[in-house]
Amino acid sequence: MINEKEEVKHVSYLDHQGEYKGIFAWIFSTDHKRIALLYLYAIVTFFFVGAILGLMMRFELAAPGETIVKPQTYNGLFTVHGVIMIFMVVIPGLSAVFGNFLLPLHIGAKDVAFPKLNRFSWWIFIVGSIMAILTQFLRHGPPDTGWTFYAPYSTTTGTSVILATSAAFVLGFSSILTGLNFIVTIHRMRAPGMKFFNMPLFPWSIYAASWIQLLATPVVGITLIMLIFERVFGIGFFDPQLGGDPLLFQHLFWIYSHPAVYIMILPAMGVITEIIPTFCQQKVYGYKAIAISSLAIAGVGFLVWGHHMYTSGMSEQARWFFSFLTFVVAVPSAIKVFNWIFTMYKGSIDLKPPFLYALFFIFLFIIGGTTGLILGSVATNIQVHDTAFVVAHFHYIIFGGMGFAFFAAIHFWFPKIYGTMYNIKMANIASIALFVGFNLLYFPQFIIGYQGMPRRYYDYLPQFQWAQVISTVGGVVLFIALVMMVTNLVRGAKKGQPAPANPWKGSTLEWTIPSPPSLENFDEDPVVKKNPYDYNS
Amino acid sequence: MSNQVNHAHVHRDDEAQKLGMWLFIFTELLLFGGLFLVYSIFRVQYSANFHESSLELSVTFGVINTVVLLISSMSVAFALTAVQKGNYKFAMQMILLTVILAGVFMVNKYFEWGGKFHHGLYPGSDLMEFLDNGHHLFFGLYFFMTGLHGLHIIIGVILLLISYVKIKRGKIQSDNFMHLENAALYWHLVDLIWIFLFPLLYLIS
Repeated sequence: MINEKEEVKHVSYLDHQGEYKGIFAWIFSTDHKRIALLYLYAIVTFFFVGAILGLMMRFELAAPGETIVKPQTYNGLFTVHGVIMIFMVVIPGLSAVFGNFLLPLHIGAKDVAFPKLNRFSWWIFIVGSIMAILTQFLRHGPPDTGWTFYAPYSTTTGTSVILATSAAFVLGFSSILTGLNFIVTIHRMRAPGMKFFNMPLFPWSIYAASWIQLLATPVVGITLIMLIFERVFGIGFFDPQLGGDPLLFQHLFWIYSHPAVYIMILPAMGVITEIIPTFCQQKVYGYKAIAISSLAIAGVGFLVWGHHMYTSGMSEQARWFFSFLTFVVAVPSAIKVFNWIFTMYKGSIDLKPPFLYALFFIFLFIIGGTTGLILGSVATNIQVHDTAFVVAHFHYIIFGGMGFAFFAAIHFWFPKIYGTMYNIKMANIASIALFVGFNLLYFPQFIIGYQGMPRRYYDYLPQFQWAQVISTVGGVVLFIALVMMVTNLVRGAKKGQPAPANPWKGSTLEWTIPSPPSLENFDEDPVVKKNPYDYNS
Repeated sequence: MSNQVNHAHVHRDDEAQKLGMWLFIFTELLLFGGLFLVYSIFRVQYSANFHESSLELSVTFGVINTVVLLISSMSVAFALTAVQKGNYKFAMQMILLTVILAGVFMVNKYFEWGGKFHHGLYPGSDLMEFLDNGHHLFFGLYFFMTGLHGLHIIIGVILLLISYVKIKRGKIQSDNFMHLENAALYWHLVDLIWIFLFPLLYLIS
């Protein structure tokens, strides 16, 4: 048996028979690809829960006054929508799903460094998620603090804040362990010959994001525990009556939560950096600049948290300094955008769904990024702080950026994951509908935000109604487009045509192996000696 | 067939395990880092109150506990070296000594906390109503920080006991000792945090 050089029959990871059967073959699996799919299914489910909560808010805002829910229910809606979308969808989204699936494939490894820890991370992710969703149904009612849990309100409100913050803590722990796993994987498990600067750029972005997960999450962890203890034992860290300082909570919270937006967007940028050279059949422009800009974003991103607090009470010096750093952190992001566009220059562009999503990403990211500078400069921030302008801005970045990159990634790697192809025409139609619905939903919020419509308000002046109605229509279009997209993908996975190993003519390692990959990915360790984006040689 | 078993083939990477532990230690340091930040802010704001409160803590108890933890760090280092040299019996004795010293630390802590409760020096007590905000915050931080540290001691002891069982069953050997090395690293971290907590809470005045 050992000496026979017989061709071993290819068994994909989807069909592989391990020691467990049925559903246990999945939830007890340590295979990074199966864990990635577990994350994918969980996150898509949570995404739709969050989206439905968002849609309910849109219907409520369709007309001034009470429309479908009571004010307190509305407070619960935007809080739980935020908690689900931030902690359960966008933070783990790309890194836990596509990082898990692709990181070992991109660097030529058989699995991540600690497969059992990886499985454990998914388990506690699910525990934390269940806790977060439970808050919606408990006796005291859903938390009504907003996802930011600002003290002192969060220490006094009677709603289920403790369970919600515990959920965020558990989810943070899962995020830390995932980041730790990926950093060790990248350091120790690259294929022979692959240096750091031979890695594809998606692992680079995962690497940068993992460091943020590792170093920033503990700070919010301790903050949330302090909040819980404050509620239970009345310690008074954040209570001015006991000598504490509510601003301290805001600082500690944003020390994590601003870097957290880079946990969301860095892997998204990595996905776009993979897609654009593939569909242009062109070597990526400025490889090193893109790689290092990921680290630069991660590094400077730690120092800009104060721009969330210009109106909370900070010294003049602190404000201009945070404002300056906010402009600095925009530079590496802009470097990436320019590099993507230069990569397209003189390329042979193939307008397939992943590339279409990537283009939408760039468009929406530019709008979201530049409006971020309006918020980041102190003077203009005073006008638009805590208005619908902020809501529009971060939905352009988080949904238009990370969300569209997620859709781009799923359409790009779908044939590798399932070994089949979805209906390309359907995918194109859904992506355009998504783009239209998205802009209808969020762009009007910029305008009324600028005119003074506050965020998180249940009611508003009649003069804003025109925009709220457009937004609500956009929300419905967006939701229908999402359903179209998912239906197309599910049908593709079940009944799609078999896809070849390399349908998009990609050049990174995952396209060199059959689709879907086998349990151990590579039959023999790949040896890498060249840049991953050599299309012309 | 071959792909039935090949997942179990031993791919051991000691460097990766050590790197993983170091990264985890970074997260622990940042967890306590957040607390140290809060401590330093309130200390600047209420320096007089913090001074008065810290006088209430028993330096004797603190010194004993510091010495106990330092010795335990040494004994766990002995245990690791003993395993590397193949002297498993001595290693197990040293791990037990470390666990016992951890127990001494916790008993000490128990009496210290008990004394504070007895005197009403805890957040939300009747006495606290008559004291200044700075005192309140100091004792809030004292219980929070030493409590969290105590939790880490318990985690460290569990890790060491697992190592003990693994040595007994021959799973940790002179060429395969990463579990003990990581447990020892974690134990040093617990020790290191106390080295910061002790002067911050007991000595600085």
